[in-house]
Amino acid sequence: MSSETTKASQSVTGPRLAVNIAGIEMKNPVMPASGTFGYGEEYAPFLDLENIGAIVTKGLSLKPKAGNPTPRIAETISGMLNAIGLQNVGVDAFIKYKLPFLREVTTPVIVNFFGNTLEEYGEVAKRLSDIPEVAGVELNISCPNVKKGGIVFGTDPKAAAEVVSLVRKNLAKPLIAKLTPNVTDITVIARAVEESGADAICCINTLTGMSIDIKTRRPRLANRTGGLSGPAIRPIAVRMVHQVAQTVKVPVIGVGGIVRPSDAIEFLIAGATAVQVGTANFVDPGIMPAIVEGIEQYCIEEGIDDINELVGSLQV
Amino acid sequence: MKNYKTMVLSNQEISPGYYRMRILAPGFGASARPGQFVMFRVQTSLPPLLRRPFGIFRTGFLPPDCEGQPPKEYLELLYKVVGRGTNIMAGLHHGDRVEVLGPLGRGFDPGNPAEEKILVGGGIGLVPLYMLASHLTKTSSVRLLMGGRTREDILAVTEFERLGVETYVSTDDGSLGEEGLVTEVLKRKLEKFPGASVYACGPMPMIEAVQRICAERKVPLQVSLEALMACGLGACLGCVVKGAGHSEEIPRYLCTCKEGPVFRAEQLDWARMGEETGYCEGCKS
Ligand SMILES: Cc1cc2nc3c(=O)[nH]c(=O)nc-3n(C[C@H](O)[C@H](O)[C@H](O)COP(=O)(O)OP(=O)(O)OC[C@H]3O[C@@H](n4cnc5c(N)ncnc54)[C@H](O)[C@@H]3O)c2cc1C
Ligand SMILES: Cc1cc2nc3c(=O)[nH]c(=O)nc-3n(C[C@H](O)[C@H](O)[C@H](O)COP(=O)(O)O)c2cc1C
Ligand code: FES
Repeated sequence: MSSETTKASQSVTGPRLAVNIAGIEMKNPVMPASGTFGYGEEYAPFLDLENIGAIVTKGLSLKPKAGNPTPRIAETISGMLNAIGLQNVGVDAFIKYKLPFLREVTTPVIVNFFGNTLEEYGEVAKRLSDIPEVAGVELNISCPNVKKGGIVFGTDPKAAAEVVSLVRKNLAKPLIAKLTPNVTDITVIARAVEESGADAICCINTLTGMSIDIKTRRPRLANRTGGLSGPAIRPIAVRMVHQVAQTVKVPVIGVGGIVRPSDAIEFLIAGATAVQVGTANFVDPGIMPAIVEGIEQYCIEEGIDDINELVGSLQV
Repeated sequence: MKNYKTMVLSNQEISPGYYRMRILAPGFGASARPGQFVMFRVQTSLPPLLRRPFGIFRTGFLPPDCEGQPPKEYLELLYKVVGRGTNIMAGLHHGDRVEVLGPLGRGFDPGNPAEEKILVGGGIGLVPLYMLASHLTKTSSVRLLMGGRTREDILAVTEFERLGVETYVSTDDGSLGEEGLVTEVLKRKLEKFPGASVYACGPMPMIEAVQRICAERKVPLQVSLEALMACGLGACLGCVVKGAGHSEEIPRYLCTCKEGPVFRAEQLDWARMGEETGYCEGCKS
């Protein structure tokens, strides 16, 4: 190949956006946050699923889960509170009814899941282990909206290590541990999950919050408290991603309040190898490809040939 | 279903606190069915963060500005100013940029054309009923029973009449039409037309009363519900209501945005409906 054609093809392809999260090859670093993108098909009319880095599904449990009473959501300043309570179809129904749609897409599928007990985490992991279409799993040890499971495993380093080790044993796939910000020191948990076998860390899940109707003096959510998401939490998420990226060697996925390309870039500079977009999908269902485009534009403007150069490039 | 990045054509106050907005939406009408709704982004900057759900009042075409141009297709909303988002909406003018996602959800089942149709609307609940009436009047005899607190809450009655709908108005304070509840009118009409089917949209206490009346008489009923929504697409699971047969052991939640907003009465668990959807005092009363 002549040097001229090489140059030409380079200018056509633009900067390299591909990233690798624990063996999961992604065309670009942008994927949805679990619970904000359904099982993928809900958003298919608004974006080309081939154009995002990965698909992350709604959190699954062993048995179908009903979720919390309503009202389950409340809008707040630049954010929203939710107390969905992890309503989902269950892992078996997912495999039977939801996976066939995702099979048609070449984009890697990351399945988010949780258990009420340690055993349940292990059992769900086992069932996902045999499914070739599942590129990796994201272990939710961080949901603030359920009494059992979820956050209980994510706030205590010993429990977090235990659940990650068990899932690791039951599953031969890339394992991402999703952490909660509702702790004093997130780096302690990050270290614990890395040491017990997590291949990547996703941070953060929602922050526990509350909103009160001042007329009725009642909580706006039936569950009283809920998880805060959206732009309101972004600075906290960026800080935590930075702290965790400094602490662990495994790749970090940044999530929390991304609504624009510049928000995603902030996370990458802070040390995230990839990002997840959550609440913003509700506001604009076509947002993720627009964020990918914006990141690409930024790379061109800044003379960045490979997105990985940007990761952790914070100047202090 | 599409996300329209479009603009406002007109926005007028039609009664104190009630507005009618026309939005440019090419191709929208062909896919929109009565009872469906849109998620409306009141401005492209933040806040407010979330979109607001609104029923589709009607779709239509404006004559072109000059000869040779195609007519402009519009989508029309009718809304009541209640809070932050609708306040911003009230300030929008011709040419302002907005985003509209839709048409969303399941609409009304038009049912058997031979049956008498009774539409029961409370306040802003008339919105989806108008588009329904414009379809039903092509084949069936349609009556509208319209209730409100005062005369200012009674909207678009002449529009319904123009469709050939027989309308009956009642207000709590008697300032327009009959004094009293719309449900009293409904009881009388059901006596006169025992084979009728009923379609209702309005505040939850009204819907619950309509449900009781129809259940006692075994009259088929479809209701359009409101719920707090974040996505409008069935992804967030924020908008659920309890379905018939719901229990702690076998929970049955239905998504208002995707499986609704229109439900057949027998799909729902009426025992705790008011409690379940009681997020807003204004909507309860
Ligand atoms: C399917 C559907 C169709 C609707 N159709 C119409 C219509 O045609 N005309 C009309 O005037 N109103 C309609 N509503 C109600 C309308 O969505 C609310 O009045 C509006 O969202 C209030 O927004 P706000 O910012 O002014 O109020 P705020 O009180 O400031 O809103 C705060 C939050 O609560 C939500 N919210 C408040 N009230 C409601 C409500 N009743 N239903 C759902 N979400 C609510 C808002 O979306 C927002 O997220 C409909 C609601 C639904 C679910
Ligand atoms: C409605 C809703 C449902 C969610 N469900 C899940 C879930 O099932 N599993 C999970 O790990 N995180 C869940 N989350 C958390 C998000 O994945 C994400 O961590 C959080 O919303 C912060 O990102 P954002 O600010 O971009 O929304 C949910 C968030 C929202 C708003
Ligand atoms: S509004 Fe999100 S599921 Fe209905």
